Amino acid sequence: MTQHDRHRTTRRAALRAAGALALGGAAVAVTRTPAAAQTSAAQEAARKAAMQEAIRQVVGEAKVTEGKVTVDIPPLVENGNTVPCTVVVDSPMTAAEHVKAIHVFNEKNPQPNVFSLQLGPRAGRASVSTRIRLQDSQTIHAIAELSDGSFWSGSAPVIITLGACLEDLI
Amino acid sequence: MRPARHCEARGDEAIQKGGTARLECFASLAMRGTLATFLALTLTAPAVAEIPLDERRSGFDLMSPETQAMQRDDTANPGMLWVGEGEALWNRKEGGAQRACADCHGDAAQSMRAVAARYPAFSAELGRPIDLQGQVNLCRARRQDAPPLRFESQELLALTTYVAHQSRGLPVAALDDERLVPFREAGRRRFLERQGQLNFSCANCHEDNWGKKLAGNIIPQAHPTGYPIYRLEWQGMGSLQRRLRNCLTGVRAEPYAFGAPELIELELYLNWRARGLPIETPGVRP
Amino acid sequence: MARTLINVPPKAKRGDVISVKTLISHVMESGYRHSTTGAAIPRDIIRSFAASYNGAEIFRAELYPAIAANPFISFHTVATESGTLEFKWEGDNGFAQTASAKITVE
Repeated sequence: MTQHDRHRTTRRAALRAAGALALGGAAVAVTRTPAAAQTSAAQEAARKAAMQEAIRQVVGEAKVTEGKVTVDIPPLVENGNTVPCTVVVDSPMTAAEHVKAIHVFNEKNPQPNVFSLQLGPRAGRASVSTRIRLQDSQTIHAIAELSDGSFWSGSAPVIITLGACLEDLI
Repeated sequence: MRPARHCEARGDEAIQKGGTARLECFASLAMRGTLATFLALTLTAPAVAEIPLDERRSGFDLMSPETQAMQRDDTANPGMLWVGEGEALWNRKEGGAQRACADCHGDAAQSMRAVAARYPAFSAELGRPIDLQGQVNLCRARRQDAPPLRFESQELLALTTYVAHQSRGLPVAALDDERLVPFREAGRRRFLERQGQLNFSCANCHEDNWGKKLAGNIIPQAHPTGYPIYRLEWQGMGSLQRRLRNCLTGVRAEPYAFGAPELIELELYLNWRARGLPIETPGVRP
Repeated sequence: MARTLINVPPKAKRGDVISVKTLISHVMESGYRHSTTGAAIPRDIIRSFAASYNGAEIFRAELYPAIAANPFISFHTVATESGTLEFKWEGDNGFAQTASAKITVE
């Protein structure tokens, strides 16, 4: 088992316990190693930094204002492998005033980007839905770029729980 | 203080020092919770009575609203991709006989209506029950002169999903063919029998503790009304046999091989247990 | 050929904002998984999705490994005129798939 897999097993086991506790259910015995859990804290910090960098790539030095953007994700999810996610930006979507792009980021996956869209006034409504994969409970951030060059953001936290009786990876 | 809050508080202090107090706290509470559950599961006598017929619920009822919405909406249900694929395969000429399913069975919406509802069925030729995917492969061998499709292959899943979809909304038939009784009883005994390192029987969870939480999900009653299902965990389509093997892995038992008679007998018993419940194929499950 | 499922309302009034739903079967292998032998499973994802309406691009998305398998993408567009909506997915290992749907706008 690679370092990566040991870390994954640890995180999945810890999630299993955390999810069970948060919901008051039974949990299968937790197995974990303290060393891997500490790497987890450092890795989390690194991934958060990667997300900030990815956001910086999109907005540069421009100011990002919180507002107009709603990230609609169920707060508690049955399985992190397929999470419905809708992003809506409050905008008239006219030629004069519309959303040019929407970028979505995550804090804890190995890679910070989730998806990026290009829109225009032909969209009629700045709203998109898809399904995403989340490795751990975290906050999803969305940044919208408007036609006037301004950036707006919104976010939503989501708790990932783990199911029971899962398949081993073959 | 609620357990989760309690552990978060311990964790916040520890994070300042870079420790693992939060995880250790959750783990110790989990162990105590697990101990209580283990005691409950090991000390209760095995259930003999089935869930009363009017108290039976599909796993659909116990899912989150978002997952239910995914199943309900045919324009968004990923299982519909396999229905589409199955329709194409239904019309494709196969094997040495160069014959398509459609050549014998015509329009599936007519000919396959209510068919999946009465499987597993007794195969006179084989002298034992056969499930839908077994029947597809038997047809391929006998009528199309074509090799069997592999278990869990996209083609076999697509064809069985397409056929079962033609029974959507119809009740699972009461599989009361006399010849099936010994096999159904074997399946029932296996359902009640403790197995694996965790020493749980199917009934321990799915009869005695359905509706309660196990890890992050609610334990369903285990009615196979949606199969083949799109399981979010698999991010793909899978058969009832695949799911049963996951259950066996879940109790740390050696899973039976695909196509094993033990799995067919369990399928038969589970469908008997679900008689009258409407078929949902393609189901979406967490 | 990857199977696709497209949903566009067959009819709409001019100026209506309509919802477009697309599904495509694809494993979206993230590149971060390992097999039981420890070998890394290489990345294999759809990287881009574009929709056009009578030839004019109305929507474009870049997808990353965080998008779940069998990607579902739903967006909106204004029903401007009768014609064809065309969809194109492109990704790793030369993956390319197209689909289309007709709409009547009165």
